[in-house]
Amino acid sequence: MKKQIFHFVLTAVGALFIAGCKPQGPAGVTTGGAASKVYVAPGQYDEFYNFVSGGFNGQMAVYGLPSGRLFRNIPVFSVHPENGYGYSEETKPMLNTSHGFVPWDDLHHPALSTTNGEHDGRWAFGNANNTPRVARIDLSTFRTVEIIELPNSGGNHSSPFITENTEYVVAGTRFSVPVGDNRDVPISSYKENFKGTISFIKVDPQTGRMSIAFQLRTPGFNYDLSRAGKGPSHGWFFFSCYNTEQAYTLLEVNASRNDKDFIMAVNWKKAEEYLAAGKGKTEKARYAHNIYDEKTHMATSTILEDVTVLDVTELSGIVYFLPCPKSPHGCDVDPTGEYIVGSGKLAAVMPVFSFSKMQQAIANKDFEGDFQGIPIIKYESALHGEVQKPGLGPLHTEFDANGNAYTSFFVSSEIVKWNVKTLQVLDRVPTYYSIGHLCVPGGPTKKPHGKYVIAYNKITKDRYLPTGPELCQSAQLYSIEGDKMQLLLDFPTIGEPHYAEAIPASMLKDKSVKIYPIEENQHPYAAKGEKMARVERKGNDVHVYMTAIRSHLTPDNIEGIRVGDNVYFHVTNLEQDWDVPHGFAVKGATNAEILIMPGETQTLLWKPLKPGIYPFYCTDFCSALHQEMQGYVRVSPAGSNVPLKWSLGDEQVVQ
Amino acid sequence: MKSLPRILMALAALCLLALFVFPMWKIVLYAPQYPDGVEMHIWINKIGGTSPGTLQNVNILNHYVGMKMIEPDSIPELQYFQYVIMAMIALGLAAAWMNRSWGFLSWTILLLVLCVLGIYDFYLWEYDYGHNLSDTAPIKIPGASFQPPLIGRKDILNFVAVSLPHIAGYFVGLSLLLGAGAWWFTRKSSKHEKVVIRSGNGLAARSMLA
Repeated sequence: MKKQIFHFVLTAVGALFIAGCKPQGPAGVTTGGAASKVYVAPGQYDEFYNFVSGGFNGQMAVYGLPSGRLFRNIPVFSVHPENGYGYSEETKPMLNTSHGFVPWDDLHHPALSTTNGEHDGRWAFGNANNTPRVARIDLSTFRTVEIIELPNSGGNHSSPFITENTEYVVAGTRFSVPVGDNRDVPISSYKENFKGTISFIKVDPQTGRMSIAFQLRTPGFNYDLSRAGKGPSHGWFFFSCYNTEQAYTLLEVNASRNDKDFIMAVNWKKAEEYLAAGKGKTEKARYAHNIYDEKTHMATSTILEDVTVLDVTELSGIVYFLPCPKSPHGCDVDPTGEYIVGSGKLAAVMPVFSFSKMQQAIANKDFEGDFQGIPIIKYESALHGEVQKPGLGPLHTEFDANGNAYTSFFVSSEIVKWNVKTLQVLDRVPTYYSIGHLCVPGGPTKKPHGKYVIAYNKITKDRYLPTGPELCQSAQLYSIEGDKMQLLLDFPTIGEPHYAEAIPASMLKDKSVKIYPIEENQHPYAAKGEKMARVERKGNDVHVYMTAIRSHLTPDNIEGIRVGDNVYFHVTNLEQDWDVPHGFAVKGATNAEILIMPGETQTLLWKPLKPGIYPFYCTDFCSALHQEMQGYVRVSPAGSNVPLKWSLGDEQVVQ
Repeated sequence: MKSLPRILMALAALCLLALFVFPMWKIVLYAPQYPDGVEMHIWINKIGGTSPGTLQNVNILNHYVGMKMIEPDSIPELQYFQYVIMAMIALGLAAAWMNRSWGFLSWTILLLVLCVLGIYDFYLWEYDYGHNLSDTAPIKIPGASFQPPLIGRKDILNFVAVSLPHIAGYFVGLSLLLGAGAWWFTRKSSKHEKVVIRSGNGLAARSMLA
């Protein structure tokens, strides 16, 4: 009996011990009052717009903060059948490249334009990581209006980061690749043939138009992330470099050997001087430059043929290396412009460099050697200090307006708050799970708006209702108004969120475009009134000048189309009222539908393969008579004599 | 203050110039889908709104219930009424120049008559648009009329229609008050002059009346 009691007690104690060993789950980590801090009552507006990269969906999503509500998914680098982006004749050229039409890409980083280092609410830029490109989105229309391809780049990851006054958007290559005339070289010749390329894209201050001002030819590393200097460090740019081992295979081992890689400091004012002195070499290149015109409602794609290159191993004083522990990812400049935070993703400490000490070290030639002739500044000479035991796997840092930094830690899955000057860790909160980038509204600017930090997580596991093997990624909103960070909200995201920026809603909402004035429509196939609606045949091409207005398409009966014709439906939305788009779809179309905003013209190409009657209709529920907004096209066999004929109601035209 | 009445009269005439700068009336349609309202403006010589597309938007809404298209070119009043107003401005300035009490009074009465006629005409147009419905209207509601209110607020199906004077309308009202004021003050000052004449300073009083 005694033995039995002993066993029972032992088992009970054992069970309690095992139960106690399992870490506590995430349930109940939000504290009281969180709900009221993220509740945006029906009909009320959010305080911030959050522009979140879609990663492998190639798009940029727009959420509201603090509610986490999704407003829009802006198509940028991927086709979007839901509104016809990349399918309509007008938008196809946007996705043209030197490789031809590329329907997909991987968008990692948004960057909002700045003036004097502060958000100005004009444009958002985004990078295409796979087929290197940079896009510009107009923040009055939330549309992609320009895309420029980057020659000599292999994986545009270190992009798009912008200078204080949006003078330049930079684009650093993740993969170094062979450049020049002969690119058919053995992969094992990496060290001699593979080069890095940093493109400086000039942005016209009025129109926003982009052009590659020059490219820096740099040693063959991987370039990961970057930030421009600001205030005292304006004129400089900082790039994190990994794989300074110059490995080309099994990088997870071979590129993780060196104790220190580099932060590359670029004096771009110096580069401008060399450029002005004619030191740049013009090289042959092929890259596409695509522009969407909001008056003709049409994109054009131009292939450009040359680019100016400055070789930093030949032109001294443009580039210096700062040693940075273990494969740095983030490379972030604080709002004062004095401190540069390196996030060695495999390192146990986080170095914070001082811009003024770096300048002093350069003046004193305080170098510990060179890499291909580029001076390596002594680590200690430029160091402000190290954050000790911050966490595991630091990736990215943003700042508030009170001298604090917030760093994401992928491996230890947390956000750590620390003081930039004192380097003291002040607080840490877990994220669920495996945070990548984070975002403080205005965090990369001279004037952070603060209030929140948002974590963008790679893994969600058990955080939401399961949806099979493929789960959502997520964002998490934390308040940073008190001394302690407080988790307020989880919200799932579409695509994979990498970096994101947030801007006060008041800076954008009142300049949001509501309609396109019909009288300004310069589309060559616009029908700016029902009287202009018509059908024209030019050989096998048939142009239908169609209008849409509640609740009919004009014409809605078309005959005389033949198998083998290319039928272009140029649909003009005659509405001049906010939020009255019309859509257009026709049976058997092998592309997509189009959505046409008020005052706009968009074109869907349709190639009927069989004779018959084909319905078409408006796809965007526009009015009480939306379901009546439909029509028919009659398709006759090739060579048929059925006359071209179109009509609406009793008004018929025969040709 | 001897010239006060004629200044008032001149101002009364010039107030009418506002009709060429601002709309005189507005009709605003509110519905849940139109939180800011569709605000149509009636000018002396055109129909507009808070946006260039307002008239089209009103016509689109109206077509569901078979109301006629509002086409400014087919409303003759919008063509000739501006000349009537120009004439009134000229007459008003002439009255100010003549500086006669009867001139002020008759001008003001004439303007008042024109206002009443104008509002009656506006009512007739509203009645016509609200009742003269197409047989092929997609939405038919037996016995319903879609006539907007002459002035004030009225529920029409899912809309709340509000009809009120706009800026130039208030200027016309001000013009009436100024015209009446001019007349009033000439009466007052001529009474005062009679007193002055009785007191024997006839020359000054006569020169004042001239």
